[in-house]
Amino acid sequence: MGPETLIEEIRAGLGDAVESVSDSHGDPVIAVKADSVRPVLAALRGAPFDYAVLLDLTCVDFAAGEGRLELVYHLYSLSRNVRLRINASVPAADPAVASLVGLWKNADWLEREVFDMFGVRFDGHPYLRRLLTYEGFEGHPLLKTYPWRLAQPRIPLKDDE
Amino acid sequence: MSGFDYLTTRLETAIGWGRKFSLFQYPFITACCGMEYMSAACAHFDMDRFGAGLTRFSPRQADLLLVVGTVTHKLAPVLRTVYDQMIEPKWVIAFGACAVSGGIYQNYAVVQGIDRIVPVDVYIPGCPPRPETVLDGLMKLQDKIQEQPQDWRWGRKP
Repeated sequence: MGPETLIEEIRAGLGDAVESVSDSHGDPVIAVKADSVRPVLAALRGAPFDYAVLLDLTCVDFAAGEGRLELVYHLYSLSRNVRLRINASVPAADPAVASLVGLWKNADWLEREVFDMFGVRFDGHPYLRRLLTYEGFEGHPLLKTYPWRLAQPRIPLKDDE
Repeated sequence: MSGFDYLTTRLETAIGWGRKFSLFQYPFITACCGMEYMSAACAHFDMDRFGAGLTRFSPRQADLLLVVGTVTHKLAPVLRTVYDQMIEPKWVIAFGACAVSGGIYQNYAVVQGIDRIVPVDVYIPGCPPRPETVLDGLMKLQDKIQEQPQDWRWGRKP
């Protein structure tokens, strides 16, 4: 199944979910609507696409001005040795998307990291808590709206400006 | 006999000599500088030549705290606790650019130099420092220990 047939299959199956299709270094990139992320990825995980591996799940804050965050999912098919990228935009004011923990177990910590760094809420996540920063940390440090270099010390520091 | 039957010195000098050649180190290693620390500590460069070969993994038994690598705000209370658990007399070496000043990291996560958490005696710059630099820093600490007033407990009665 080449990339063209694949995209046609996806379009046929989930026509209104697909917003755009492009190509990145030979691998297809599909932008989908945020509310259809879970059904699309559930379909891609099973036959005939067989994307069994969730390689990565992350988020990008391209521009605070537009008020959008972009979620990025990287999938890999072991049986066909092909990769696929799924993008989905969520509003920065209330970023929320369905959790994928039920589909891939490794989505658990990936989603917790994205929640920690970007504040994206993953609905249906069993334990959505900060992963990297500590208790009492306020805000989400990788957002463009987070104040530049703002540290949140846990103990009093000498020579604090 | 060899003609060397007696020796005169000051108690303070003798204590300083003893202390500077029996540094029990606690390596607080968090990042890539640890590789250079291993190199400096092992046979090629051999820190043990300077009496700093006995690594203790309990702060209670150590008197030299080697902070090797990046210290984040998440880790800061741990470093402070380790320092507080060490028994006097104690010294601290900041090993590498990150421990000295935060290094290349100036962001929400990294403490801009461990001297904001614990008092530092010797700073060893470099990213990472060469083992020669480490040994030079160690010898500078030895000089400092030799020169400083030695407080011993029986001399500090109020």
